[in-house]
Amino acid sequence: MAGFLIVVIAVGYAVAWYYDSPAILYAAVGFSLFMNFTSYWFSDKIALSMTGAKPATREEFFDLYTVTENLAITAGMQMPKIYVINDPAPNAFATGRDEKHAVVVATTGLLAIMNRAELEGVIGHELSHIQNKDILLMTVAVVLAGFIAIIADIFLRMSYLGGDRDSDSKGNALFAVVAIVGIVLAPIAAQLIQLAISRRREYLADSSGALLTRYPEGLASALQKIGSYARPMQKANHATAHLFIGDPFGAKAGKFVNRLFATHPPVEDRIKRLLGTAPQ
Amino acid sequence: MIILYIVLGIIVVIALWVVVAFNGFVALRNRAKEAWSDIEVQMKRRYDLIPNLVETVKGYAAHESAAFENVTKARSAAMGAQSVSEHAQAENMLSSTLKSLFAVAEAYPDLKANTNFLELQRELSDTENKIMASRRFYNQNVMTLNTAVEQFPGNVIASTFGFSHMDLFELTEGEEAAREPVKVAF
Repeated sequence: MAGFLIVVIAVGYAVAWYYDSPAILYAAVGFSLFMNFTSYWFSDKIALSMTGAKPATREEFFDLYTVTENLAITAGMQMPKIYVINDPAPNAFATGRDEKHAVVVATTGLLAIMNRAELEGVIGHELSHIQNKDILLMTVAVVLAGFIAIIADIFLRMSYLGGDRDSDSKGNALFAVVAIVGIVLAPIAAQLIQLAISRRREYLADSSGALLTRYPEGLASALQKIGSYARPMQKANHATAHLFIGDPFGAKAGKFVNRLFATHPPVEDRIKRLLGTAPQ
Repeated sequence: MIILYIVLGIIVVIALWVVVAFNGFVALRNRAKEAWSDIEVQMKRRYDLIPNLVETVKGYAAHESAAFENVTKARSAAMGAQSVSEHAQAENMLSSTLKSLFAVAEAYPDLKANTNFLELQRELSDTENKIMASRRFYNQNVMTLNTAVEQFPGNVIASTFGFSHMDLFELTEGEEAAREPVKVAF
């Protein structure tokens, strides 16, 4: 989403610069903010239609349904709606702007390979996302990341106009270079921060989920299974990737750059933290 | 004059604090009560399932009357329980008689193959899980209330307005033992 926001603003900026009309830029900013707000407000419906999820009945998916019901009772929250995606890759996600509109989605692959304790771990993690209001937090993070791009842009314009008035000053030329570097780097930095927040929230959801089930080993072994399933999901999509418990694009090597741009922390680190073997 | 204002200010602050603390206790107590009614819903569901189970088992193993009577007795004892600790004890009793009833059922292959019986067994173990879940939510809320009642200076408000401890719903068996599904192998 942040990527989308920044791209729209960047295109708006380029067009505005070409036609020398700032109104186009403001329209682009307004449009992207509107899109973000829409995606927050209708997050449940959008995510469901993008991933092709179907509602799960108690009869057909007894374990998933009752596990979710029980954990919702333990957490003292409303029972979320439950959906199932027909996909052999094990994965799950939760979305919705508040408890009333919360949705928990699991793939059939997840249900096939998890035992009850592991399923409890996964669902506990997803319910924690809902209780911790992570959907709201990530939306705010995305909008803020977008605003940093806007500020960087205003900064550039100001230095540009300033340069016009006093074009022979060397200080201003240096200032312009700094500004250009800034406008390129600021959105990237903003997105990196946003991804870092996303990873933090994953750790938090892991630990509050473990608190809910009182059985961290369940989630740890579930993560192990999800992590070792290398094939990507059939409908993997960057727009919804950050929602899932495991990376929908399949397991990747834990290189530094990958880790920097990943929405999720590496599975091994999450397991270590869950089992209390990692230095905090 | 200034001293009067200071004194008045202090009184207003204290009065505000009393109101806030009082409302906090009301909220905590109501939340605990609501959590208790969640447990009651689940216990009620269990009581409703048991006669069906007894009827089904009777159809295949009519002469195992001791097992039925124990379950029926434990059920009516549980339904008559008043206090939280009585409830906890009666529910434990009911769980163990149910366990022996299922143990009896193990000896009847026809019964074990009966879909109705399997369905009831599944529903009962689900209900037991739900009792566990609502029990944990209730205990969490009661714990919060009890801590608030004990802590200074809230305890002054609590004792003045009669907010008292509530009982935890404790099972005598360990949490781990209760996690196990109702199943006995010979």
